Amino acid sequence: MERKDFIRKGLMGTGMFVASASVGNIIKNDIDELKELEVIGFNHLPNTESKVKANTVLHKADTRGHANHGWLDSHHSFSFANYYNPDRMHFGVLRVLNDDRVDGGKGFGRHPHDNMEIISIPLEGDLEHKDSMDNVAVIKHGDIQAMSAGTGIFHSEYNKNEDQDARFLQIWLFPKSKNITPRYDQLTLNVEDRHNNLQQVLSPNADDAGVSINQDAWFHMGKFDKDFTTEYKLKNPANGVYAFVLKGDITIEDNDLNQRDGLGIWDASSISIKANSQDAEVLLMEVPMSV
Amino acid sequence: METVKVNILAIGRHEEILETVLRIINKSENWIAQGALTDEKAIALFEEQKFDIVLLSGGIKEECEAELRATFTQKDPEIIIIQHYGGGSGLLSNEIIYALSKRTISPNLNS
Repeated sequence: MERKDFIRKGLMGTGMFVASASVGNIIKNDIDELKELEVIGFNHLPNTESKVKANTVLHKADTRGHANHGWLDSHHSFSFANYYNPDRMHFGVLRVLNDDRVDGGKGFGRHPHDNMEIISIPLEGDLEHKDSMDNVAVIKHGDIQAMSAGTGIFHSEYNKNEDQDARFLQIWLFPKSKNITPRYDQLTLNVEDRHNNLQQVLSPNADDAGVSINQDAWFHMGKFDKDFTTEYKLKNPANGVYAFVLKGDITIEDNDLNQRDGLGIWDASSISIKANSQDAEVLLMEVPMSV
Repeated sequence: METVKVNILAIGRHEEILETVLRIINKSENWIAQGALTDEKAIALFEEQKFDIVLLSGGIKEECEAELRATFTQKDPEIIIIQHYGGGSGLLSNEIIYALSKRTISPNLNS
């Protein structure tokens, strides 16, 4: 499949959904540890809108999928669990971008993964991690956690604090190679290094800055003063970049973005970035556009 | 009135993950799944029954996957074969729904 065909398929899906007795009533939450939400079918209010241009796709924050389980309030940039939108299945190998709030003391019980690169970035509060590789760790704001699920792992993630919410990004990438030996990595970053700078927080290389994963992907985070401008040069021009605004207002390649907006860009060797508010924060995810 | 269910064959090498996948699928009133940890059992099940979807879970080597795909497709050219990523967490329903959206025929009646 040609890259552009794949991109379009990924962004737009098939454009058709067969409404039969067998598929019309099955969109339920499939995370075992969560209480099932009401059947919502297509979560289409107002999530149908993906503004696709020649080499960009815009996902405004309020068009993301939303699931409120009480203890967990999650916004999905791409189809996940009870949120199914064939227009939003993935951006290249980026399959999941969940923006989660977890109540104090609550969390995701023990559950499995395989053949997926799973990255967690805490934004507020502390998360306690345990897995079947005997890793026990706490990650907090400024840390980044990466797991290569490979042949299969079980893990749990809980808000360590009883008295405050935890907020974090949960990001899943399709792996470069299937069935590798599972591995876990986490790193404490110096958040000062991202002030008016794009700080690399993830790469494919163990000896490079940030955590490493089993995929040719690079993540960078930046926190900018108002009117600060910079440029991100792609490591590989065949890749795409999905930008997710963590805070404030930012213009990327002439697209005005606000908090929690997402913008995917491909067929570009570099992208221009301008902060339109003080302390604007962004996460850039450079990813291969084909699996 | 008998419910028409989508019949799914799930194959994977990790027993506990496969159990989780089966449990999640079988929670749906419209899907039914059976599992196989080995290729031999998978092929035997496929010869006995009519499946709508084969779901490949983790741990299957490339050469085994290629052989399974060839065997299943030869026996049933309409069979949908999908890769399951994630071990039963947030993607399973999406993967099955997306696969079903691409076909236009009715699901097989599970006897």
